[in-house]
Amino acid sequence: MGNHEMIGAVVTLVGSVFLFLGALGIVRMPDLYNRMQAGTKATTLGNLMALLGIGIIHPAWLIKLVLIALFVLITNPLSSHALARSARRSGVPLADVTVRDEYEEVLVEKGIEP
Amino acid sequence: MRTIVGFFAAFITLLALWLALVGNLDPQEIAAGSIVAVAVAVIARGAPFTGRSLRFLHPRRLVTALVYIPYLLWSIVESNVDVALRVIDPSLPIRPGIVRVRTRLKNPVARLVLANSITLTPGTLTVDLCEDELCIHWVDVQARNIDEATKKIVTGFERFLEVIFE
Repeated sequence: MGNHEMIGAVVTLVGSVFLFLGALGIVRMPDLYNRMQAGTKATTLGNLMALLGIGIIHPAWLIKLVLIALFVLITNPLSSHALARSARRSGVPLADVTVRDEYEEVLVEKGIEP
Repeated sequence: MRTIVGFFAAFITLLALWLALVGNLDPQEIAAGSIVAVAVAVIARGAPFTGRSLRFLHPRRLVTALVYIPYLLWSIVESNVDVALRVIDPSLPIRPGIVRVRTRLKNPVARLVLANSITLTPGTLTVDLCEDELCIHWVDVQARNIDEATKKIVTGFERFLEVIFE
């Protein structure tokens, strides 16, 4: 096993630890919004590190991996935003520990929430 | 004139993307890529590249954009570690809430990048964008009012985006 393969494997492993913690967050967090925070985004770094690790092992794939990383960075926030927005608008409740909801006044103003 | 510039910008971007995907400079690949890129650029009439979007090639904007990328990546790393530590902590230390923040950015693309950047850094998630305010779900609310929240979440990104897009 070459040196760069070793480094690449370690980077990918650290990335997968973040992916695991994202999954753990989905189980532990109290409501949909906090689950999304852990599940869709604590995984951003896990994803990027997994791609980086593969790039270190196979430098020839680097350009393609950078394109995949860019695709993830552009689409990931869009989908989580769309999910969170539609969840809040269709009345998915926030957890009891929630300290504040300033979005409610916006929804009331727009006549979406009574 | 604008359409011609837009057409070439679209053609070059598409061809570069194609060559990056095939990963070599074989004349056959270049020929096939060129034909498809011309066809797509003609059908799309140069969209989304208009003469106006080429002003982003101004050196000051480009340099700021190049500085912005590592800044964003570092924020992602920092806040990923933060959220990961909260998940491992047995007491699950979160104080979630949805806060409103203001943005000075007017350009729609700049606002898109701002909203995306905020969502990419874990702990903050853009729920909605209405006029000059964003509603953000925050895992650990550390601000008492809109100005404080704006300063903590938006200002860092805004400094760069103002130069790049406005």
